Amino acid sequence: MIKATCRRIDTVTVVDLGGRITLGDGSTTLRDMVRNLLSQGENRILLNLGEVSYIDSSGLGELVNAFTQVRRSGGDLKLLNLTRKVHDLLQITKLYTVFDVQDDEARAIAAFGQAGAPGPQVAH
Amino acid sequence: MAMVQHQAIVLDSRIESVEEAEAATERVAERAGFDEGERHRIAMAVREITVNAVMHGNAYDRGKKVTIEFDLSPGELVVSIRDEGSGFDTTGVADPLAPENLLRQSGRGIFLARAFMDEVEVQPTSSGTSVRLTKHRQAQAPSRS
Repeated sequence: MIKATCRRIDTVTVVDLGGRITLGDGSTTLRDMVRNLLSQGENRILLNLGEVSYIDSSGLGELVNAFTQVRRSGGDLKLLNLTRKVHDLLQITKLYTVFDVQDDEARAIAAFGQAGAPGPQVAH
Repeated sequence: MAMVQHQAIVLDSRIESVEEAEAATERVAERAGFDEGERHRIAMAVREITVNAVMHGNAYDRGKKVTIEFDLSPGELVVSIRDEGSGFDTTGVADPLAPENLLRQSGRGIFLARAFMDEVEVQPTSSGTSVRLTKHRQAQAPSRS
């Protein structure tokens, strides 16, 4: 089961996630949360994965989906505080090259202000 | 003769079965003496193949089952996952590491199983697909968890 809470810092919405992002509830919760944020015009999103213990391939797919949706809206999505297991998973799948991964919240927030988001181009 | 421990579980074709498969694998892998990091990787490999069996093989058909067999010998742990679907062609799965596929939402399950296990054999049969996952016990990597 996934836990998710949102807080606002400057112009960035920080989503603190905990638990498991897996096929079923976990992936659905993340999808709904990002969709709701985008519908409210919140498209600068920092996903704090510090308390996420497990992600499966469906969860990875949902992270990628969130990334593409946010980029298509003209915003940006970054990841914060990966556990060792999640870090390894992103490396194995090369998704480390897609996401901007941060390990310090203040620096991550500041990075949203920098022009030119890294990562691949997303078709609109 | 070396002793082989055998265990089998039969699961319904529903999402909850994936959690059962993962938990059962964790228990068997712990009994086999794999460290925490390896147990996590083995269980995730079984989880991913079971997801394929439930979703793509049996297509959530309540009349079809997923059978998981664990064979633990001194040299290796073999996990066989069998569905009752119409067959699963792994050659049709796009390379998830190709730049053009990195942003695809799906298609990483079999790749992760191959990354986490020593051997992965996919055997289409007349009555479904059987996937055999092997982890050598003497080739355990140091814990990275």
